[in-house]
Amino acid sequence: MASKEKKGVRLEHISKIYKDPKTGKDFYAVNDVSLDIEPGSFVTLLGPSGCGKTTTLRMIAGFESPDAGEIYLGKEAINALTPNKRDTAMVFQSYALFPHYNVYDNIAYGLKLRKVPKKEMDERVAKILELVELEGMESRMTNQLSGGQQQRVALARAMVVEPGVLLFDEPLSNLDAKLRVSMRTEIRRIQQALGITAVYVTHDQAEAMAISDKIIIMNKGVIAQMGTPEEIYHHPKSEFVADFIGEVNFLTGTIRKVDGRSCTLAIGGHDVTVDNPDGFPVGKDCKVVLRPEAGILSDEGALPCRVVLSCFMGAYQNYHVMVGDTLVKLSDYCPVGRKVYKVGDTAYLSFREGCVHML
Amino acid sequence: MKKRQSAALERKKFFADPVMVVTICLLTALLALFILYPLAMLLLDSVYVRETNMIPLDTVIAGTAEMTYGDAGGHPTVEILDNKGKPATIAVDSLNTSFGYLFAKNGRMLKEGNEIDPANTYVKVARNYLSFDAFPRIFKDYTFNRAFYNTLLLGMITSFGSVIIGLLFAYVDCYVDVRSRAVKRMFDVVSTLPVVSPPFVLSLSMILLFGRGGLITRELLGIYDSDVYGLGGIAIVQTLTFFPVCYMMLKGLLKNIDPSMEEAARNMGASRMKVFTTVTLPLMLPGLGNAFLVTFIESVADFANPMMIGGSYDTLATTIYLRITGGSYDITGAAAMAVVLLAITLVLFLIQKYYLEAKTAATLTGKASRARALIDDRSVRVPLTALCSLLSAFVIMMYIAIPFGALFKLWGRDYSLSLKWFQQLFRDDGFKAFTDSFVLSLIASPITALLSMIISYLVVKKKFKTKGFIEFVSMLAMAVPGTVLGVGFIRGFAGGVFRTGFMQGIYGTGVILVIVFVVRSLPVGTRSGISALRQIDKSIEESAYDLGAGSAKVFMSVTLPLIKDSFLSGLVTTFVRSITAISAIILLVTPRYLLITCRINEFAEKGAYGVACAYATILIIITYSAIVLMNFMIRHFGTSKAVRLKEE
Repeated sequence: MASKEKKGVRLEHISKIYKDPKTGKDFYAVNDVSLDIEPGSFVTLLGPSGCGKTTTLRMIAGFESPDAGEIYLGKEAINALTPNKRDTAMVFQSYALFPHYNVYDNIAYGLKLRKVPKKEMDERVAKILELVELEGMESRMTNQLSGGQQQRVALARAMVVEPGVLLFDEPLSNLDAKLRVSMRTEIRRIQQALGITAVYVTHDQAEAMAISDKIIIMNKGVIAQMGTPEEIYHHPKSEFVADFIGEVNFLTGTIRKVDGRSCTLAIGGHDVTVDNPDGFPVGKDCKVVLRPEAGILSDEGALPCRVVLSCFMGAYQNYHVMVGDTLVKLSDYCPVGRKVYKVGDTAYLSFREGCVHML
Repeated sequence: MKKRQSAALERKKFFADPVMVVTICLLTALLALFILYPLAMLLLDSVYVRETNMIPLDTVIAGTAEMTYGDAGGHPTVEILDNKGKPATIAVDSLNTSFGYLFAKNGRMLKEGNEIDPANTYVKVARNYLSFDAFPRIFKDYTFNRAFYNTLLLGMITSFGSVIIGLLFAYVDCYVDVRSRAVKRMFDVVSTLPVVSPPFVLSLSMILLFGRGGLITRELLGIYDSDVYGLGGIAIVQTLTFFPVCYMMLKGLLKNIDPSMEEAARNMGASRMKVFTTVTLPLMLPGLGNAFLVTFIESVADFANPMMIGGSYDTLATTIYLRITGGSYDITGAAAMAVVLLAITLVLFLIQKYYLEAKTAATLTGKASRARALIDDRSVRVPLTALCSLLSAFVIMMYIAIPFGALFKLWGRDYSLSLKWFQQLFRDDGFKAFTDSFVLSLIASPITALLSMIISYLVVKKKFKTKGFIEFVSMLAMAVPGTVLGVGFIRGFAGGVFRTGFMQGIYGTGVILVIVFVVRSLPVGTRSGISALRQIDKSIEESAYDLGAGSAKVFMSVTLPLIKDSFLSGLVTTFVRSITAISAIILLVTPRYLLITCRINEFAEKGAYGVACAYATILIIITYSAIVLMNFMIRHFGTSKAVRLKEE
């Protein structure tokens, strides 16, 4: 179906200024953002509310105009084009289905505007309905559908016009948790099947990880980090990114000795050996980014700690331990057959090799 | 901050949509031409004086003429006319020097030696100038002062009465356990009757029931000198006409009060009375003020009732009408009075719209969390229900008097039934009156309905320069009394736009009547359209836009279908309002068109109540059918049908 040329999206130094309704002062909602989204890839804009991700998406769609910079769709500069002239299709948070049309007319809306012949239109609608697994529902009114079904219709309506780029504005946030998980897999599957370029906005980091080729983390109008989900998770470039994606503990220490690609770090007077891929010099104060699953408790090691919480969670044993006066949260997966520490026990914390990272 | 390029981009995008640009320009022009311009002309008329003096030539030559020209500013033009009003020429040297100077500047070329008779020749001195004299003049004018005072007094009494009765009804409806379904049904009837009836029907029945030959006063009570004409009569009639509006407004408010607030007060030991005075009433205060002002504006603007039942009690609206149609034809005075009347309604309207409406919304937000436990205490229920039932019965009786007025052979004398008034009506141009009213109203309704939906769409969903103007002006028409608008249209279009003759052709035709109908109903339609559109998620239109539809396409394929109910009701409301309109129309209608309301007014003034009632009866049947048809259409073709499917 995706016979059309796939298009990439390029943002060059895009800024958007808004007026704060309370103070009346101008502020940057999006500040000098540059991005290059490759054709056919699935890119997610992730960030806390107010970080500028939705504004960025709406600028790509054309609902907002940037105050600086240029947006390209494929090779075309589209700044001055109205949304209806842009080769984009958006899936809205509220689905935005036309309540006075049935499923067929909703999906065929964009095709009618493109003056697609009736026969081809029927075929394309039938095909897309099959893809979103809603065959036979053509004549249903939208309010007779469940939330998940409405979501699929919205998706089908956007995809059937074979846009150069598909835009998603938090499409799953109105669904319940279980449906959200299955729908995100669906969206990924369908996007892969069609090979359409997709830009997806969400504040749910699990969703972003599950669905994207590339994640762009935004904060206060600027890009905090760009990369694959693995890069972002394992090598966050800032405390903000580390904190925003997944659970994290920070342990502070000073580098005492550098030895090739690893170094010795003093944390609260105890020496620990840590990877040093960035080549931080001796004497630098560093933060160890420790994911809960990257710490191991044992009876001997370098870093003594005291267990203050021990709790069985099924898949893992949850510990809170004090390293000096820093609280560290740990998850010990598959604890069966290993020692389970109790509150008050003293244990030693060590890091799983290659799993910690310094800032 | 850096220079913004978004403004330039938005402008580019805006102009990329020619249909919308043209629509906005057209709308702005239309609103300016048909609402602002007439009002502006009115304002201009009240300060722009056109003065002509005819001075006998012999007094000029003798030097005894009163030369009032040239001292108050403005450039006088001077012409010499003979006693038949034809231009005449005289020798320059026969005039004294000051006139000679004027002639040199403004007069026509004079040839020497033409023989004229100075005693039969006049010097016409005409000049136009700005002056605020008209205002001090009318403020000294006894008739005006009387009318001004009368208008405000009437407004106070009517709005006070309407709000109290409206509150009583709303309270009983929302708080009291009215057991009887018949009583509930009666409330519904009372609240819809004023909507379907022409505005002056109650005056008519007031005269029929309580007048000198009144069925109740004379036949039942034996009072032979009852006088319904005057303040008392108008106040009663207006209160009965307007209180249902207050009832509906206040009912909406009371429904939004969360019962748990009152329960909390009760729980802390307050009596019912205490709860009402310390919780319910304070919460409703802005709403009550709102209802008061809306009624006040209606009362002040009302023309038909004071005209019919006012007797010698003249209000501003009727005084203006009489100034124009009566012998004096004091157009500057009438214009100045219209400006005063407009100022009153406009100030009240602005307070109501921008202050009280916001306040009402602020104190009463959200919906009641659950149903209220109704009061079924006998000591409260019985007297309140009885009072409301009595009032409802009274109103219904007033309306029933109308068809009987048409069916009785001769009211006051012969109460046997006959169809002679209907027969007379149809013998006597009645059919033409119905056709004219019907056709003109029918033309006005789709125009108004569509225009108001377009305006609502632009105002709610789009950003553009003249948005504030369009919104304000289309709402402004609500504050303009019909009489004022009528005078404005006369002054604005009788000589063409700016007296240039442009569009003069529409004056005196059906076109101007249709325009007035549209202007009068536009605010109602727009208001309902705006509130309907605010309910619709912005992203529904955005998604259509995003899929490739231009503004016009979005409006036709998405917006309009979603506010179909509002469109349909705009259609019918305009029709009903137009066919029952009188205040502006009576000043603009020409003998080419016979309108029902004007006929009723005519016959009622002549005392031919039988025919007037026959007209009114048929009119009520027409409007009632229109409302029934509307409800049917909304039920079967409206948007709510799709929504209802979900609930089933």
